[in-house]
Amino acid sequence: MLTRRTLGLSTAAFALTVGLSGAAMAQKTVIDFWHGLPQPLGGQLEQVVKGFNDSQDKVQVNASFKGSYPETMQAAIAAFRAGNAPHVVQMFEVGTATMMAAGPAIKPVHQLMAETGAALDPKAYIPAVAGYYATKDGRMMALPFNSSTSIMFYNKDLFAKAGLDPNKAPATWPELVAATKALKAAGVACPFTTSWPTWVQFEQLGAIHDTPFATQANGFGGLNAELKINAPLYVKHIQMLVDLQKDGQFKYGGRDNKPDGLFPSGECAIIQGSSGLRSRIVKEATFAWGAAPLPYWPDQIKGEPKNGIIGGAAFWVMTSPKRTPAEYKAVSEFFTYLAKPEVDSKWHMDTGYVPVTFKGVEMAKASGFYDKNPGADVPGAQLTRTPTTENTMGLRLGNLPEIRNIIQEELEKAFQGQVTVQQALDGAVQRGNVVLRNFERANKN
Amino acid sequence: MQRRVIFDNKLLPYLLLAPQVAVTLIFFIWPASQAVWQSVHIQDAFGLRSEFVWFENFTAILTDPNYVSTLRITAVFSLSVAVLSMAVALLLAALADAKIKGAAVYKTLLIWPYALAPAVAAVLWMFIFNPEIGSLGRLLNAMGYNWDYRLNGDQALTMVILAASWKQVSYNFIFFLAGLQAIPRSVLEAANIDGAGPVRRFWTITFPLLSPTTFFLLVVDMVYAFCETFGTIHALTHGGPGKATETLIFRVYQDGVVNNDLGASSAQSVLLMVILIVLTTIQFRFVERKVHYS
Repeated sequence: MLTRRTLGLSTAAFALTVGLSGAAMAQKTVIDFWHGLPQPLGGQLEQVVKGFNDSQDKVQVNASFKGSYPETMQAAIAAFRAGNAPHVVQMFEVGTATMMAAGPAIKPVHQLMAETGAALDPKAYIPAVAGYYATKDGRMMALPFNSSTSIMFYNKDLFAKAGLDPNKAPATWPELVAATKALKAAGVACPFTTSWPTWVQFEQLGAIHDTPFATQANGFGGLNAELKINAPLYVKHIQMLVDLQKDGQFKYGGRDNKPDGLFPSGECAIIQGSSGLRSRIVKEATFAWGAAPLPYWPDQIKGEPKNGIIGGAAFWVMTSPKRTPAEYKAVSEFFTYLAKPEVDSKWHMDTGYVPVTFKGVEMAKASGFYDKNPGADVPGAQLTRTPTTENTMGLRLGNLPEIRNIIQEELEKAFQGQVTVQQALDGAVQRGNVVLRNFERANKN
Repeated sequence: MQRRVIFDNKLLPYLLLAPQVAVTLIFFIWPASQAVWQSVHIQDAFGLRSEFVWFENFTAILTDPNYVSTLRITAVFSLSVAVLSMAVALLLAALADAKIKGAAVYKTLLIWPYALAPAVAAVLWMFIFNPEIGSLGRLLNAMGYNWDYRLNGDQALTMVILAASWKQVSYNFIFFLAGLQAIPRSVLEAANIDGAGPVRRFWTITFPLLSPTTFFLLVVDMVYAFCETFGTIHALTHGGPGKATETLIFRVYQDGVVNNDLGASSAQSVLLMVILIVLTTIQFRFVERKVHYS
């Protein structure tokens, strides 16, 4: 029988061993930092941590990999229940609402910084990033670090083969539909696929078209939000994907980032996915490729397409009964280091995540990175192209990972033809709202 | 005549029992009672706020149409896995029991899959069935059959049944082989002399004499299919597409570990426990009557 307590016990035992080995180090304040980045990104993150450890001699941050983002979240929650939470945990963006509702389990970053006399200016951060992790009145709850957004990659060789202009990516959905038709006619087995179906085809779609994903300003206004993803924009959009799939112009490649591999292998001509996919494409692709912003529907939009929202993760400070002020002070020093623009821009250039601070963007620009790597500025540009509105700040919905899975399940039913698109999206709204109501109930004070 | 072991020391029997009792208490009774406690509460992920809600978690689960479909899928899945793995194992055991060259090698090879972790086995199956990189998956698509288990629920269910059965064949094989070897040769030879052919000998002598083994394996295989196939499903389909391969145990994990809904998850654990107890009781009460113990 799977219960949280037994999980907690083993985590506690593990934390104990870590603690004992840490005690051997003389007088340094030891900070446990759990992250969810697999290799090679995890190694790069540990290099950043090492950079901090080497920069001073009072604090030792021990970074440990805890599995995928959801697994890291589970480990942190289990450890908290056992009274052994790590000082800092990396939490993916969809866990934000869960962490914010955790009350005494976390220490908001703005409070940590104020108590330890350190400075953290929310205005230094790109609004689409800061907004995701801040309270409604702009106080930072977590430290933004690795943020991505979703963009489009396309295979220039296959575009040329299909008689399309390899230097002009489709800017709108009707253009993209026409391009997939040409690609299919040219014998491309998979003209177009999408990674992260929920994040890209629902969350980003809503933000770019300034259309709510949920009521209450996408949940920022309160726990009583309800999903709005059966609105006409979403129905029209998903209907288009289902139609394309029937005609062989779109291929459903699976949930979350499972479809990632379909693009670097040359199988699919167009993929929409995380900007973080870039480093893998650079390494694996044996063809000419380009990066472009996500397309939009000209007839569903007022004015210009809006900024996309972020993905990725932020760093949260967790509490524990035996925390000392010295430990909090050490965490705040660690965070001050991470917030430096040079750390930010180096991380961006090394990994393909977007720079999260304005100064980080400038430093990357000044170093000539974007001249040497055409298209690497697309994600940043898409994130900052308009001022944020309440529909483009991000999502603040409890148990969003569960809602994402529900949407993917209903989407798969529509792709199989078991239900119509309207039925699938109505089903997703109805089931998603149950999740939101349960979260509201479990977290009411 | 009855033989009894006499303990002079009053304490010793308890001491000898203690380790087993301790293991049962710590690894079964305690977590199970935790699950029962959780199942009547609604709690946030961090365990900061708990509310006693009587049987609300149970009514929510039982009125969820998705749970009913998960029950149906679990029934189809478990029966298929039990029947398929036992049928194949029995066939292989009957063949391996014959006097053939290199029988020891075959027997060893047939037992190997049991040593694999479910997740590893699942990855092996993925390399066969994946539409892009799997050998068989690509072949099927090249032949014009539209094979894609990520979008076809029936194909996905077939695949996880195959993968889960394959692992259990080895286990069943060992037991069937042992069972076959325990059947007295003289009985079979007598039937042979009376003119019974191999098929008749199998159905009238071997199969009835194997029934204790078959019955034992039916119980074990059902429990295996209910509880231990989690790794296979997790690695292959994650319960999808839609909810086409979501079994009860997978949903317990999904709701409890992924979705942080301990109340709903525990309620399902308790239901699963009840289902397994009922199933095993039925099997012992009714199926056992027809079993011939020698």
